Amino acid sequence: MATATSNIEARSLSKYYGRQAAIKDLSFSIAKGEVVGFLGPNGAGKTTTMRILAGLLPATSGEAYVAGHSVARDPSAAKRNIGYMPEQNPLPEDMRVAEYLRFRARLKEVPRREIRRRVGEAMELCDLHRKAARKIIGALSKGFRQRVGIADAILGHPDVTILDEPTIGLDPHQIILMRKLIDRLRERTTMILSSHILAEVEMSCDRVLILSHGRLVAEGTHTALRDEFIRNTRYRAEIFGGESEVRAEIEAVSPDLQIVSRRTDPADGFVTFEMETPARENLSEPLLARLHAAPGLRVRAFERMNPRLEDIFLAATQRSWEIETEGDTNGHPPARIR
Amino acid sequence: MKHLPTLFRHELRVLLVAPSTYVAGVLALFIMGFFYYYVVIETAVREQETPPAELFFSTFWIPVLLIVPMLTMKSIAEERRLGTLQTLMTTPVTAAEVVLSKFLAAYTFYILLWACAGAYPLIAATVLGRETAGQVLLEPGSLLGGYAFVCLTGTLFVAVGIFSSSLTRSQLVAGMLSFSVIFLLIVGVLAVKAVGSNIEALPLLSDDGLGYIQIFEHFEDFTRGVIDTRPVVYYLSGTLLVLGLSTLVVESRA
Repeated sequence: MATATSNIEARSLSKYYGRQAAIKDLSFSIAKGEVVGFLGPNGAGKTTTMRILAGLLPATSGEAYVAGHSVARDPSAAKRNIGYMPEQNPLPEDMRVAEYLRFRARLKEVPRREIRRRVGEAMELCDLHRKAARKIIGALSKGFRQRVGIADAILGHPDVTILDEPTIGLDPHQIILMRKLIDRLRERTTMILSSHILAEVEMSCDRVLILSHGRLVAEGTHTALRDEFIRNTRYRAEIFGGESEVRAEIEAVSPDLQIVSRRTDPADGFVTFEMETPARENLSEPLLARLHAAPGLRVRAFERMNPRLEDIFLAATQRSWEIETEGDTNGHPPARIR
Repeated sequence: MKHLPTLFRHELRVLLVAPSTYVAGVLALFIMGFFYYYVVIETAVREQETPPAELFFSTFWIPVLLIVPMLTMKSIAEERRLGTLQTLMTTPVTAAEVVLSKFLAAYTFYILLWACAGAYPLIAATVLGRETAGQVLLEPGSLLGGYAFVCLTGTLFVAVGIFSSSLTRSQLVAGMLSFSVIFLLIVGVLAVKAVGSNIEALPLLSDDGLGYIQIFEHFEDFTRGVIDTRPVVYYLSGTLLVLGLSTLVVESRA
């Protein structure tokens, strides 16, 4: 059985297509109420993992649990507790939104008396209750279609909602609306979502799982991943003055602090310096004080740069790629990285 | 099977809004009307040993080859192509319920079309006079036998159509496949029989074996009012087998 606190648990999941592994020995668990982002390059195994969790694809080995039910051994119970929106969000083109949601509610075994209320509630949450409710799905924009997919996924009040690329193909306005929608659902269900837009995952998710070559290469909160994969700390300052003076001041604060890039603003002569140090402690205060007090230097902006999820993603997948390649060239199986 | 009524209503609706349903309906009714007209003329011109209803139902295979592929080719293939089969399978419904609902909806329409063709003898009898022509045209034995035959064989033909649709994403391929298989079922046995005695060593290809699966032989029995249990078992078990295979395909390739 899955642990009492986890709503989703994957134990050594593997999926092979012939000799080709889509995912290998994948284990993770997701607690109740968490919003978790699945990241990975194309072909990393994100969709395969989601399809196994949704009961659409059998795993070659290993076991998946949804809300305590084994997906392989008790698929009906697992499916009753799951809402899934596939990547392309396929919908019947010739049905009206409300009609389609009522049909899906019946299939999801929503009690007959509850159907009207649940459909209304899902449409309101996804902002479909106005004009869109009576429209034919085929005539809806991409953004509204995505909302119909999400409304369908949450209709049955599932313990777990899986959204595969919910923001794909949306314009920035629609992405903001989608983010708000995901925030509104936060309290109601445990959520897994995959996205290529890393900023999106960074903003919406409590935790991130990074897959590469079918393996889980990193998992944790944004802060934990930053500590694990990003060794250096960066600072950025906009300074008017010579580079040698700047170098002297920053070396006085910490000898490890190096200037890694500089860019001059031709309009006013201010230079944007980016500095990097392997030290973990926060040097912002002494560094800013030193630069500010230095004669001949004028500072107009200063910040400690937080690594973006994009940097973490690149570092994690790059590291897994190197180990994978190394394993292959030595003739040994690749090492497991966690 | 608790989702079956919901899925069945949905499938009926899908068939009602699909243009191919109406094309199949109009074409089939036109062809059946043409055959019935020919049968009435033949009966009027020269004396026939066989009743007109039997003559009419002997052409059953032409509308069947038209109706069944058009009613069934879209059923699973289109859902697979659009990906809606995938979303369907994420709900607690089973593959068997999905297949059965599609089968029942297509079969309902199939029977409905044949029921519409039942209007032809009624119209002809009314126009030609119930007293004189009505007795011949509305002879209940051959009419009921013909309809029983069409209803029974329809289960297997529609199941073959659903199975063909489950194998592919392309409606065209599904349609061609079901046309070919049904054609082989109806005409293939005749052809094998015509090839002769060289292959009689094989038990299934013996006269008895071929007779068991010979659809035209079943037709003659039914229209003569002979209801043998062997063809009933053949069609119903064949239907269950083909629907079972379709379920396995949907389960494994959702």
